[in-house]
Amino acid sequence: MSLLEVGGVVSGYGEMEILHDVSIQVEKGDIVSLIGPNGAGKSTLMKTIFGLLRAWKGYVRFAGEEITHLQPEQIVRRGLCYVPQVDNIFPSLTVRENMEMGAFIRDDNYQLRMDEIYELFPDLKDRRGTRAGKLSGGMRQMVALGRALMLDPQMMLLDEPSAGLAPLVVELIFERIRAINREGVTFLIVEQNALKVLENSDQGYVLVEGRNRLNGTGRELLEDKQIGELFLGR
Amino acid sequence: MAELVGYGFVLGSIITLGAVGLTLIYGIVNFGNFSHGDLMTLGAYLALLLTARIFPALGISDRPLSPLSFGWVMLLSFIPAMAVTGLVALVADRLVYRPLRRLEVKPVFLAISSLAVALVLRSLVYILWGPDYHFLIHGLRPMLRLPLGVKLRPDQVFIIIIAWAMVAGLYLFLQRTKIGKALRAMADNPNLARITGIPTERMTILVWFIGGSMAAAGGILLGIDSQVRPTMGWALLLPLFAAIVLGGIGNPYGALVGGLVLGIVQQASTMWLLPSYKPAVAFLVLILILMFRPQGIFGGT
Amino acid sequence: MEVVRILHSMAGFAVTASIYAIFALGLNVHWGYTGLFNIGIAGFFAIGAYTSALVTSPQPTGVLAHYVKQAFGLNMPFLVGVTAAGLVSGLLAIPIGIPTLRLREDYLAIATIGIAETIRLIFNNERWLANGPQGMIGLAKPLGWLVPPNRYNFIYLAIVLAFLLIIYLALERGIRSPWGRVLRAVREDEVVTSAAGKNVFLFKMQSLVLGAVIMGIGGALYAHAIRAIQPGVFTPLFGTLIIWVMLILGGSGNNKGVILGAFIIWGIWSGTALLIDHIVPVTWSARAPYLRFLLIGLLLIGILLTRPQGLLGEEKQVSRMM
Repeated sequence: MSLLEVGGVVSGYGEMEILHDVSIQVEKGDIVSLIGPNGAGKSTLMKTIFGLLRAWKGYVRFAGEEITHLQPEQIVRRGLCYVPQVDNIFPSLTVRENMEMGAFIRDDNYQLRMDEIYELFPDLKDRRGTRAGKLSGGMRQMVALGRALMLDPQMMLLDEPSAGLAPLVVELIFERIRAINREGVTFLIVEQNALKVLENSDQGYVLVEGRNRLNGTGRELLEDKQIGELFLGR
Repeated sequence: MAELVGYGFVLGSIITLGAVGLTLIYGIVNFGNFSHGDLMTLGAYLALLLTARIFPALGISDRPLSPLSFGWVMLLSFIPAMAVTGLVALVADRLVYRPLRRLEVKPVFLAISSLAVALVLRSLVYILWGPDYHFLIHGLRPMLRLPLGVKLRPDQVFIIIIAWAMVAGLYLFLQRTKIGKALRAMADNPNLARITGIPTERMTILVWFIGGSMAAAGGILLGIDSQVRPTMGWALLLPLFAAIVLGGIGNPYGALVGGLVLGIVQQASTMWLLPSYKPAVAFLVLILILMFRPQGIFGGT
Repeated sequence: MEVVRILHSMAGFAVTASIYAIFALGLNVHWGYTGLFNIGIAGFFAIGAYTSALVTSPQPTGVLAHYVKQAFGLNMPFLVGVTAAGLVSGLLAIPIGIPTLRLREDYLAIATIGIAETIRLIFNNERWLANGPQGMIGLAKPLGWLVPPNRYNFIYLAIVLAFLLIIYLALERGIRSPWGRVLRAVREDEVVTSAAGKNVFLFKMQSLVLGAVIMGIGGALYAHAIRAIQPGVFTPLFGTLIIWVMLILGGSGNNKGVILGAFIIWGIWSGTALLIDHIVPVTWSARAPYLRFLLIGLLLIGILLTRPQGLLGEEKQVSRMM
C-alpha cells in the first residue's frame, strides 16, 4: 500500500477544469517529483490533495485513509504537511514564532523538535529573533520548511521549493531535503527546475495539460528523450 | 496648548482602545466594521444600566473613591458590560457576517451589513433608553494641576491609566500567548494559517469578542468623561478609521500611535475651530494620509 | 372631495418616493455599475439641497435679515437652482475621488462618510452660510401659482416624475453605450480592464461625478418638495442608509429595480408610521420612530442574507452585451 494514492482526480477553479484524470502513487520513504510545463496543473494537484481545492471526481488516500473531502485543518493532523510556493511564511512574525505556529496543533512540548530543526537549519537558529519578512528568499524557504517540519510529518508536499533562488541556495535546499528524507519523511515535490528535482528523486511523474503523460524512476526520466527535449533543453 | 495636548491624550487613549480592537478585527475579517462605534455606545449604556439600576436594586450603591468621582461599583460594571458587548459582537458575526462569508460575497457586502448592524444597535439603544443624554458620573469634578501646565481631572488620569493598562494587556496577549500569536499569524496570512492547522473560524470569533469588549471599555471611559448618548460611538467612527489608516490597517502598534495622534490633533484643533468640528478634523487627517501615505505610517497587513 | 384628498396624499407619497428613486439611481451609477462604495450620499444630498435653496431664495432684507442669515441669495428660477445643485454636487465629487479612487473601496467609503459629516457640520456651525441649525424656510414653489395649495402635490409630482424619467432614460442609454460597458468591466475586474488599456481611474471618476450630479438634483428636488431644510434632515439614516436598502432590495445594477425598491421601502416606511401610530401606546410614541429604524436595519440584513441580488437582480440585457 502506497503512503499517498491519488486516483482519477478531476478538479479545477470555479468552472474551469484543470485536472482531467490524474493518478499518482507515492511510496513511503521516497522522494517523488511532479514536473511538467506551466499550466499543466501541478500546483492544482497539490492543492486538491491537501483539501484547498475540492476534487470533483476521484479519490485521495493517505496512509490507507480516504482524505478526499477533508479540510486542510484535518489533513494536517494526519501527518501530511504542505508548503505553498508563495506566501509561505508569516512575515511579521519572527522566525521562532513562525516555527511555533507550525507546532500550533501539537499539545506536547515542542522545544525538542524545534532544536532538532535548528540542527538541520543552523542559519535559522542564528536568526530566530528576526522578523521573517526581512529575510532573504533562501532563508524564507528554510523558515517555510522548518515550520512544516515542526509537526513531525510523515509526508511533505512542496510546491516549487527552488523558485526564485540562486543555484547555490537551491543546492543547499535539496541537500536538506535529502537529509530530512533520510530521517524517514516522504516527499512529493512540484518543480519547474526539472533537472534538479529529477536528480534527487526516486520516482517522477510528468503532467501535461491536466493529464498523466509519463512516469518512471528519476534516472529513467532523466535519460528519457522526450523529457530531455521538453524540459531539459536537450 | 499644554492643556489641549493633555486632554488630547485623554481623548486619544479612548480612541486607541477602540482603534486597536477595530484594526485587529479588520486584519482578520478583511472588512471595515462600521458598527464599532455603536459597540462602544452599547458598552457605555450597559454600564449605565448596571450602575444606575441593577446594582442599586441589588442594594449595592457606589461610594466614590476620592479623588475620583466614582468607586468600586463603576469599576465592577466594566466586566459585565465588556463581556456582554463582546458577546453581542460575536453573535453579530455568527448571525450576519459568517453566513455572508459562506456565500463568498465581496468584502464590501460585509461592510454594508456592518452598517446595518450599527443601525440595529443604535435603534435598540434609542428604543430602550430614549434619545436624551445621561450621566454616568454625578457630582463635582475638581481639576488637578499637573506639571508642564497640564490640567486634568482625576477621572481623566484614571481614564488614561485604565486605557493603557488594557492596551498593555492586549499586547502581552498578542506577543506572549500561543493564541495571540496565532491571531497575528492569521492577520498576516490567512491561507497559511489554515494550512498550519490554526482554527480560523474560532480565531474569528475570538477577535470579535476582544474587539467588542475593548470597544465597550472605550465607550464606558468616554461616558465617564462626558455623557452617555445614543450617537456617542457613531461620532467616533471617523476618528477611529482615521487612526487605523494612519497606523496601517491590521497593525495594532500602529493603531496605538494613530489613536493618540488623532486625539491630540483633534483637541489641538479647538484652538482655531469649534469643538464640534473635531470629526471634520479627523476626516482631514484621513484624507492627508490617503494622499501621501495610504499604507499608513507603519504599514498594515 | 374625499377621493381627491386621498389622491393628493398619495401624490405626496409618490413625490418623496420618486425623489428617493432618483437618489437610488445615482447610487446605482456608483455602486451598481461601477462598484464604488459610497456611504456618504447624505453629503451630496445636502449640498444639492442647500445649493438650490441659496440660488433660488432671495437675500433676506430689513427685519428678516436679523433672524435669517444667508451667504447669498440669487432669487433665480427653480430650474436654475436644480441645475446649480447638480453641478456643485458633481464638482464636490472630484476632490473626494482624487485621493480615494486609486485605493481600495473601503477607503472611499470612509471618505464619503467623512464628507457627509463635514458638510453637515459646516452648515450647522456656520450660521452665516445658510442660517445654521434653524435652516432655511419658505423655499421656492415652482408653478405654485397654478393651483391652490391643497392640489399642489399633483403639480410637483409631475415635475419630479419628469426628472426621474429623463434621468432613467439617460442612464439606460448610457449603460448600453461603450462607456457603460467599460464601467461594468471596471466593476468586475479592474486589473484586466486596466491591462486592456483603459484608464480605470478616469472612468471611476466620471462615474463618481455622474452619480453625484444625480444625487445633487435629487437634493434640490427634495428641498423644494419640503420647502424647508436644516442640517438635521441629512442624517446617515435618511440621507444614506435608507437609499442603500432601496438599492439592495430592488437589485443593484438594475435601474428599474432600484426605482421599484425606492417605492417599496418608502411604502414600508410610511405604512409602518401609520401602523405604529395606532399600535404603540402614547407614552412610548416618542420612541416609535426608532422601532422603524430597527426595522429598516433588520430588513437590510435580511435582504443581504436571503436575496442579495435584490428583487429584480441585475439586468440580464446589459450583462449579455458584455
